[in-house]
Amino acid sequence: MKTDSRFFDEMYGDGSGQRPPYAEYGAWLDGEDVQRLHRMSGEAETFFRRTGITFNVYGEPAAAERLIPFDVVPRIIAAREWDRLVKGIEQRVRAINAFLHDIYHQQEIIKAGRVPAELIARNEAYLPEMAGFSPPGNIYTHIVGTDLVRTGPDEFFVLEDNARTPSGVSYMLENRETMLQLFPELFSRIPVKGVQTYPATLHRALCASAPRMASGEPVVAILTPGIHNSAYYEHSFLADQMGVHLVEGQDLRIVDGRVAMRTTRGYTPIDVLYRRIDDEYLDPLTFNPDSLLGVPGIMDIYRAGGITITNAPGTGIADDKAIYSYMPEIVEFYTGQPALLKNVETYRCSEPDMLAYVLENLAELVVKEVHGSGGYGMLVGPAASKAELEAFEAKLRARPGNYIAQPTLALSTVPILSKEGLAPRHVDLRPYVIVSPKGIEVTPGGLTRVALKEGSLVVNSSQGGGTKDTWVLED
Amino acid sequence: MLGKTAGGLYWMFRYLERSENTARLAEAGFRIALTHSSVAEDEWKSIISTTGQKKAFTERHDSYTSENVVDFLLRDTSHPASVMSMIEAARSNARLVRTALTREVWEATNECCITLRTLLAQPLPDRDLPAALRTIRQQSALVRGALHGTMLRNEIFNFARLGTFIERAESTARILDVKYYVLLPSVSFVGSSLDTVQWETILRSVSAATAYRQVHGSDPAPLNIADFLIFDRRMPRSLAFCRSQINENLAYLAADYGVRSPSLNLSEAMSTRMGEQSIDGVFEQGLHQFIQDFIRENNTLGQKIEEDFRFNG
Repeated sequence: MKTDSRFFDEMYGDGSGQRPPYAEYGAWLDGEDVQRLHRMSGEAETFFRRTGITFNVYGEPAAAERLIPFDVVPRIIAAREWDRLVKGIEQRVRAINAFLHDIYHQQEIIKAGRVPAELIARNEAYLPEMAGFSPPGNIYTHIVGTDLVRTGPDEFFVLEDNARTPSGVSYMLENRETMLQLFPELFSRIPVKGVQTYPATLHRALCASAPRMASGEPVVAILTPGIHNSAYYEHSFLADQMGVHLVEGQDLRIVDGRVAMRTTRGYTPIDVLYRRIDDEYLDPLTFNPDSLLGVPGIMDIYRAGGITITNAPGTGIADDKAIYSYMPEIVEFYTGQPALLKNVETYRCSEPDMLAYVLENLAELVVKEVHGSGGYGMLVGPAASKAELEAFEAKLRARPGNYIAQPTLALSTVPILSKEGLAPRHVDLRPYVIVSPKGIEVTPGGLTRVALKEGSLVVNSSQGGGTKDTWVLED
Repeated sequence: MLGKTAGGLYWMFRYLERSENTARLAEAGFRIALTHSSVAEDEWKSIISTTGQKKAFTERHDSYTSENVVDFLLRDTSHPASVMSMIEAARSNARLVRTALTREVWEATNECCITLRTLLAQPLPDRDLPAALRTIRQQSALVRGALHGTMLRNEIFNFARLGTFIERAESTARILDVKYYVLLPSVSFVGSSLDTVQWETILRSVSAATAYRQVHGSDPAPLNIADFLIFDRRMPRSLAFCRSQINENLAYLAADYGVRSPSLNLSEAMSTRMGEQSIDGVFEQGLHQFIQDFIRENNTLGQKIEEDFRFNG
């Protein structure tokens, strides 16, 4: 495979030979027939389609379910590399929970002048309803999917913290399942750490977060917006794997001071609700009055200790893109240590001199909406046409506070199986973190998203990205 | 179990059953059209009445040709009663209750839907129809096989079966409702050739031509056909068989929950009344009236089940 010298390739490094984590895989690959790999690739697609691992694309008819393309070449991470990442992620997640508790109580970090007060007060993600309330174990974000990118052998950056409702963990699990079915021989040859304990670990963590009023074995449910939501497959998959209930707002109501679900025998209280809907839709009595997805009155029950909501309402204040730029300060403030994982340099367009710099260098920068997600509404300067740049410049001038900008990173590449054989493509990595009163667990692996288009830096599935299985090697 | 989940299972299996019945009607109609072209149009018309879709059909087509009816019954997704629409609805319910299904049942349902989407993407010319109908039959058999082979016999299974038999009872009753007049003894004692064709359609619409011969010999007689479809508990599509299956599943739920549901009381009362009747009595009282009453009661029972087990709140 020809590598591109501008980018670090995780399999071939600078091109002089295979890097050690890929040695055994590379040896296996040398003995493989490319035709067979292509055939396996086709089988993987059949497997995904039969299983119904699909997502819905917003803006397309509700019935349109699409597959996320799966690439059969795994992304491999050495034990030593992984251990370093885990330390950095744990530190960051601990800081995020401490930050949330502080923001909804004493606000020491604001008093210390490390984060500007108006960034919190004027932020839509800040919920006054959470002020003074402490969730069980002071945990706000139980389920995190930290987005990481790599630019060199030892260079990792956090791109986003995803502390609200990260998705994609079903792909981590199903991708591994697919690889185990397609290439069993690889797993007897290469010591890959397992990811299949994720649902059990999550279930334990949710049970450990049960509220005061819970008695006996906690009743856990996942709250989904319903079968037309883009991540519905994942909601049902997780409920199935954990053996918990999958509920919608219309199944729930308040009965005797508890949130209860309508069963065939009457109403049964729920202790822990893993919600996969946004704060805004959670409680029409408190937030968006038009929401049909949530439960009227759930916030009162929550504050009275009648139910645990994961992740806690108001968690979004910690993973807002404007807050992101303060993460190094936040980590240091709460852990007393410098952040182990680097932040990407971020220009806040709300600040006039930074805006001036961004406008000046637009063609070299990536500009994102502060509240955006899924790769929608972003500008990749180097890939944009002159007209696109001009249009974006107008948007920036009109609402500068709505945007942040970052330098275009030289994202690492991992080979994919393309029609012409192996070819390098840019990747990112989302490991999945579970936080409970008993501790933090990072599942060894994660979701590797890959930009399938040559040269593209956008890995989002809504923008033509695919996924890979992610292997963390045993020591 | 969530009330919504119970409802999703119940409707998933109602839709699967209904789609199978519709495919079977199309098969019976096609067979008649091939062998007795003179009566084809009338037969297609009565098949459309049986599905209760006369209005939807006439809005879309001017004439009851094989081509129009087959397209309407199998492929047309602009109305909810075609096989394709119902399989999509069954799959949608299956996604809703995914956590209650084994992987095998879900995958069989999903694959059934994917296969039919391809199969029914283009209009079906006569020469491709038999193979297509065979595929539809096989696909539903795979779902049923997965259900019986892999699901626990618990409340989940009971709600699935309730959906199947409420739907099947309605389907058999509807066939009798539309065709009751050809079964009336007054038409003729010894069937004319036209009657024989009609009787054959009835038996084919419930896939029971062979079973009937095993029980009653090769001479179709209206009284025997009616008896077979209404009272014969060996015949898996008869009204009596459906009734007993509904009782059984409601009784399992009562034992499981430790509470007798009002729907079990209703269902058993209906069975008792049916057990006291005979085919001669039914003909005396009026076959049409009997069938109409049955359909109405079956609907009431279906609604009662939805209420008792809180499908919709």
